[in-house]
Amino acid sequence: MTRLSGPRTGSGGGNAAADRRRSGRLRRVASFWPQYLAISPFYLIFLVFMLVPIVFSLYLAFTSWDGVGAIHFVGLRQFRFLWNDPTFWLALRNTLIIWVLGTVPMLCASLVLASLLNSTRRFTAFYRVALFIPSVTSLVAVALFFGAVFSNSFGLVNVILQHLGLGTVPWMSNSWTIKVVIALLMSWQWTGYNAIIYLAGMQAIPKELYEAAKVDGAGPVQTFFKITVPLLRPIILFTVIVSTVTGLQSFTEPQVLFGSSAAINPNSGGPGQAGLTLILYFYHQAFDNNDFGYGAAIAWAAFLVIMLFALLNWRIVARREK
Amino acid sequence: MSAVFGKRPRGRGLALHAVLVLGVLVSMFPFYWTVVMATNTTRDIYRDPPKLVFGTQLLVNIRRVLDNIDFFGSMGNTILVAVGTTALVLFFDSLAAFTFAKYQFPGRRFLFAVLLLTFMLPMQLALIPEFEIMVKLGWVGDLRALIIPSTANAFGIFWMRQYISGSVPDELLDAARLDGCNFFRQYLHVALPAIRPGLAFLGIYTFVGAWNDYVWPLIVLVNPDHITLQVALAQLNTAHSTDYSMVMAGALLALVPVVGAFVLFARNFMSGAIEGAIRG
Repeated sequence: MTRLSGPRTGSGGGNAAADRRRSGRLRRVASFWPQYLAISPFYLIFLVFMLVPIVFSLYLAFTSWDGVGAIHFVGLRQFRFLWNDPTFWLALRNTLIIWVLGTVPMLCASLVLASLLNSTRRFTAFYRVALFIPSVTSLVAVALFFGAVFSNSFGLVNVILQHLGLGTVPWMSNSWTIKVVIALLMSWQWTGYNAIIYLAGMQAIPKELYEAAKVDGAGPVQTFFKITVPLLRPIILFTVIVSTVTGLQSFTEPQVLFGSSAAINPNSGGPGQAGLTLILYFYHQAFDNNDFGYGAAIAWAAFLVIMLFALLNWRIVARREK
Repeated sequence: MSAVFGKRPRGRGLALHAVLVLGVLVSMFPFYWTVVMATNTTRDIYRDPPKLVFGTQLLVNIRRVLDNIDFFGSMGNTILVAVGTTALVLFFDSLAAFTFAKYQFPGRRFLFAVLLLTFMLPMQLALIPEFEIMVKLGWVGDLRALIIPSTANAFGIFWMRQYISGSVPDELLDAARLDGCNFFRQYLHVALPAIRPGLAFLGIYTFVGAWNDYVWPLIVLVNPDHITLQVALAQLNTAHSTDYSMVMAGALLALVPVVGAFVLFARNFMSGAIEGAIRG
């Protein structure tokens, strides 16, 4: 190490020393070759299959390309087209509505379930496993199930509604109920998962706090809002951000529910395109229509939307901390 | 104490369990109903009133699934992808995680920060060029296109590093070093045996993810005769969307391995997933 304590800025006569220092440092770095080799696969894979593609897709968003012929640079034309594309705005609105319907009630239900689980010791292992299973279930299979149960004619839900005297609902053809079905699907899959995460956070809260609150005469509802929720804030923040990022990227649900032969079907995303999400629209433009330039533009627009809402949610949840 | 646990708390306890049981029923109902649909004929389910209990048509429905899609072929592909991905992820991720957890080397903090930043990048940004890269590599329609890009991932390394810090004692590594074990032998003989439970979690996590993956296989497996189970299932639905019993029989077959694996390893899996979420 003493060799490194030469002149800091080798101006003039210090060149030889600087060279020696550099080669010394190089040799020192090289002596760690097993470590660099051990971590290199991740960085190689990331570089080839993620970083290079992302940079290239930013370039593609300013071009027109069908994937086969020449790439034409068109400047901002794709984004101007996007700005005036009613289908893009429809997809954006659908995505936001589905996301709100599918995450806000879900996270509240998760919180309630978690606090119930936290106040009992009986059967908790069973409850936890049973509630967690939906999150490891194949989304395609779940989407097929929801499609079958919410089918307009003689789907189980409509049969039950009819027997209750409530009449049937055209679940899969009405613009709002399509979104409700997708939101229910998301909620079914992630409520238990989030509840288990919340539960782990609640179990880390010191018991003394609850005992003190009890001594002060606080009821269960008051303790929930005054102790549990504030102390759970970092975990709530995590779940909100994750739900935002995954919820705004929903694709498989509408894609499976409403079939995949969308290139020839103007109703992609279901009747009235009510289930067309941003990523589904991206997929159609890129891989059904081979419009890679426009597809890349949609992907980047979706990325900006997701970032915007993730930041917004972070601000909201973090600010309430005071 | 008995005065505290009087009548009212017991009533409240009952209500509490009633809500939890309701939650469990909602969670479990789709599995029950999938089996009901898969074991009856579509006509028996889609009538009023529908049949609500298990039937005897399971084998008939499965036979029709096998007639309509190359079920075993696509299942074989799925198994190949899931096992291949899992094996490679376990090796590369645990090796990288071991390095980050137990070794000092120049650029370590920077490189790890880069790794964490990659969490933020959504996959759809990379999809189009990634597809083109597969075209250039000649991997379109090939299972390599699914396995290779997912062989090393940030989540696994991040999670494993956390796990290894807590489960591989430094003294053991120092002793191995004094015995003349080099870096890779320390990984092989000291770290690997100590992190088996962690590998079990990451293995199931990766396996389940690869098994259920849909978007990328849908894009890159362009040859309809050479696809994975999830894509085959979606195709079955597109072609026979009103033949619910057959479609759900297919869904049931695709579900069973993963749900089964999860139930077997539920404890380990859930504590691992919680760890990943709370630390992250």
